[in-house]
Amino acid sequence: MHKKLRIKIFEKASLCRHFETNAYKFSEKKLIKIPIYLSAGQEFISASLATIINDICKIKPLIFAQHRCHSTYLSFGGKIDNLIAELLGNYKLSNTKGMGGSASIYSKKINMFGHDGHMGTQVPIGVGACFTSKKPTIVFMGDASAEEDYVLGALGWAATKKLPILFIVEDNNLSILTEKKVRRNWNMHDVAKSFKMKGYELNDSPSEIIKYQKFFFKEPMLLNINTNRMFWHSGAGKDSDQIFDRYLNEKKILGKEAEKIDKKFNSTIKKKWEKHLEKL
Amino acid sequence: MGKTLRETIKEIIKNHLKNKKGKVFGQCLTAVGWVGGTLPELYEKDGMIELSMADVASGGIVTGSALMNEKPIYVIRYQGFNWYNAPMIVNYAAKSKEIWNAPCPVFVRGIGMEGGIGPVAGSSHHSLYYRMPGLKIVSPMTPNEYKKIYNSFMKDDEVYYVSEHRGSFNNKIELKNDIKGKKDFVIIAISITRFEAIKAKELLEKKGFKIGIINILWIKPFKISKASLKCIINSKFGGIILDDDYVDGISNSIANKLNHLTNKKIFTMGLSNKSAGFHKKVDNLPPDTKQIVKKVISIIKN
Repeated sequence: MHKKLRIKIFEKASLCRHFETNAYKFSEKKLIKIPIYLSAGQEFISASLATIINDICKIKPLIFAQHRCHSTYLSFGGKIDNLIAELLGNYKLSNTKGMGGSASIYSKKINMFGHDGHMGTQVPIGVGACFTSKKPTIVFMGDASAEEDYVLGALGWAATKKLPILFIVEDNNLSILTEKKVRRNWNMHDVAKSFKMKGYELNDSPSEIIKYQKFFFKEPMLLNINTNRMFWHSGAGKDSDQIFDRYLNEKKILGKEAEKIDKKFNSTIKKKWEKHLEKL
Repeated sequence: MGKTLRETIKEIIKNHLKNKKGKVFGQCLTAVGWVGGTLPELYEKDGMIELSMADVASGGIVTGSALMNEKPIYVIRYQGFNWYNAPMIVNYAAKSKEIWNAPCPVFVRGIGMEGGIGPVAGSSHHSLYYRMPGLKIVSPMTPNEYKKIYNSFMKDDEVYYVSEHRGSFNNKIELKNDIKGKKDFVIIAISITRFEAIKAKELLEKKGFKIGIINILWIKPFKISKASLKCIINSKFGGIILDDDYVDGISNSIANKLNHLTNKKIFTMGLSNKSAGFHKKVDNLPPDTKQIVKKVISIIKN
């Protein structure tokens, strides 16, 4: 993978990481008063996909996601100020005037549709939007949402209709804290294949994700991307200090340039949060 | 002679597909019968979309279509199927405009029917949608009412739950209120019970009672004219709401509203509080003429 591209992806991931670490901090200090679902640890999925789809392919897809979608919103070009406002309860500045919270992010600007709070509903809804509009559509879900019966029904229909849709399973192996192996003995990429669509299992390394670019939006495809959640299911807390951190790993591989980016975002994002906090 | 409600619906759907370039979604639409003859013989290339048998997912797929400003029509062949089809319509389509300012209008055709078809396929279930914000509930039983409702939907940007009934598909007549003069009692009828209400009125009037009739088209928001309210207020013994759903829903709720608005006692009659079986001895049917007459006389006499 070309280093320039990898740096570009790292740049998006860095924005997401620093956004989430600040959200963590202010949630811990009770300055964020609503439930938050942090995506730190999983940010390379959105950062890689957004770089490939928006920046390289020049496609602006319809985006359907659910909770833990801050990185999706930020990577695909959502305004950082609006999301800070949403989380801090700044009614006027938030995209949804306080209706969306952390789990139901909506942005007309980036074609990101809100979520109703029922896990996995974004899958059939995204399939319906794709079927009607015929626009390239990307649907994010977690490994737990993927188990919803209506998700499976929608995947089958998308495959039958050969829609230009990309299903991404952000598989952190946990439903709150219940591991996947306790919940099921099957894999989503196998399910996708059984529906006669392309289905693959991979890790969240940008160099892995980019391999599948050639299939994007040509036909239905599902990528089950194994990743790690750095923080609790909801709120500010850590399940463990032993979790593999893709961000630190990439920073180490990319060296000084990545360190410079990390420092830049550390400072700029912090300032943005502080500016919003002053207004409270 | 005018057209039947069946022919009217078929014509509206054809226009929706051919001229408005809309879509109609549902299960087994193109099967024998074409949903009681209410669908034109058109296929996917025309916008008539056969969904899979995944009920819950299908409600979501239609919701997604509505998000793209297509104003889809969603056919639910038996109202009891709403238990699985409604979740994403009520939780997403109905709320989308309020939460994200992203209208998601769906025209849901819920079709009622009863008599020997068991607990799920039988009767109307419009009360299922009643408690959720962001949607409208109507129950047209005549050709003109149906046209008005469709036109209203096309100008609107909200979800419509259209509670239909197969028993009305042959109807050609516009049903009118009878609210003139001082009445002893007023029958306020919803859905298929409107036809029984007319028969009950005739029988009761033969027995010397003056009976008013109010037809309810708009259930949510509940619409009733001032003249109709005045008719209830001026009645001797109040009124009764008839419904094709269980009374612990729309009918009791509307009765409560009318009670406050008119200061008259408003009674309710609908399905009994039991599951419908298939044999006629254990079925659960909406109130018929005989039962309505008996109930009204008992109210008046007590």
